[in-house]
Amino acid sequence: MIADAILAHHLLDRQQIAARVAQDLEDDWVVNIGIGMPTLVPAHIAAQRDVILHSENGIVGMGPPPKNPKDVDPDLLNAGKEPVTLVTGGAYVHHADSFAIVRGGRLDAAILGAFQVAANGDLANWKLRGRPGGNVGGAMDIAVGAKRVFVMMTHTTREGEPKVVEELTYPLTAKGVVSTIFTDMAVIAVTPEGFTLQETAPELTAADVQDATGAPLIVADDLKSISV
Amino acid sequence: MKQKRFENPDQVVEPVFAGATIMVGGFGPSGVPEALTDAICRHDVRGLTIISNNAGTDETGIARLLMQGCVAKIICSFPRATESTVFKERFDAGEVELELVPQGTLAERIRTRGAGLGGFLTKTGVGTELAAGKEEHEIDGETYILERPLPADFALIKADCIDPRGNLTYRKAARNFNPVMATAATTVLVQASCEVDLGAIDPEHIVTPGIYVDRYCIYNSPR
Repeated sequence: MIADAILAHHLLDRQQIAARVAQDLEDDWVVNIGIGMPTLVPAHIAAQRDVILHSENGIVGMGPPPKNPKDVDPDLLNAGKEPVTLVTGGAYVHHADSFAIVRGGRLDAAILGAFQVAANGDLANWKLRGRPGGNVGGAMDIAVGAKRVFVMMTHTTREGEPKVVEELTYPLTAKGVVSTIFTDMAVIAVTPEGFTLQETAPELTAADVQDATGAPLIVADDLKSISV
Repeated sequence: MKQKRFENPDQVVEPVFAGATIMVGGFGPSGVPEALTDAICRHDVRGLTIISNNAGTDETGIARLLMQGCVAKIICSFPRATESTVFKERFDAGEVELELVPQGTLAERIRTRGAGLGGFLTKTGVGTELAAGKEEHEIDGETYILERPLPADFALIKADCIDPRGNLTYRKAARNFNPVMATAATTVLVQASCEVDLGAIDPEHIVTPGIYVDRYCIYNSPR
């Protein structure tokens, strides 16, 4: 295992993770963008691509943040309440219709942040251990409704604890829903056999990623280096 | 034609009583009928149950109601946003009760009430803490939980344009919860940004028909 200081130097930053997620979005897909790190993804989807972004607050065809501050509109915000734009041909729906899109199977993918993902695809992203209340937002609806759930997160907590784990220790958001995990260290697919390590950050080895992971990783035969 | 127009927000919220359950439109700061929540603050109506997606932004809207001590309970999906500092203080001090509801379930419970249904089955929340005490049903091999309709005494709605019948349009994503809430409450109170003549809104563009609206005022909130 390489020293922590050197390891930190080799981690992807948030924009690089967002750029990597954007590579897996296909044209004509309808993709929900969740709160937190996922809101960075739209800026990395090339202008000539035709991915239709959905925001839970009733935006179908969400565009990137406005380039000019004068175009900021308080009535046009993303799930994280940050200013966005509407693409030409976009539409607004009310909240019940927005979540009918979600639960009705119209989302080809959703990009969500997470506290933990378990080997069986269980997702935890709404409540910290022992904290009263919690912040569920649309996470539970989107996690069960989307055809694919892409999780975007740091590989470990600030204290260095693995977030890719055998079993959840944080409260469950939804069972068996995560398809792929994109972190600052790796791209990991959730398969019936368990976690499969598909890509590592440049300069990191499969062993480095395994050391920071709380469950066994199956290393893909064609293990690649993340290119962003 | 029934007179629904009032001169100011204070007159619109005049029927709101202590202990009422009130739906408040909005998502974050967008689409919140702040002129009406501010008027309720001025009237100092207490013991309210608030149904809304969030628990107030900075010191505006629901946050002002919380600061004034008007709120006994909040039913919402995302109470602990960074900008919901007032809620965090009041909740951590044990002064406000919280019922956390997944956002899509919140919208659908409101819609269900407006549509006169007895509830609905959803996969959202199955196996989680938020499904505790809810009936499970198996449909075609999949597990669903039963969610019940969510009623309210009042809905506070922020609209864009209104005509004398109370027909409403909304502006961009400020639409959010407003149209569903307008169908679900006993009495619907509206602040609209612009007033137009009867017939001026294309019937194809009316989102909320005026039959749902009881009292309104014009309030030019900054865009």
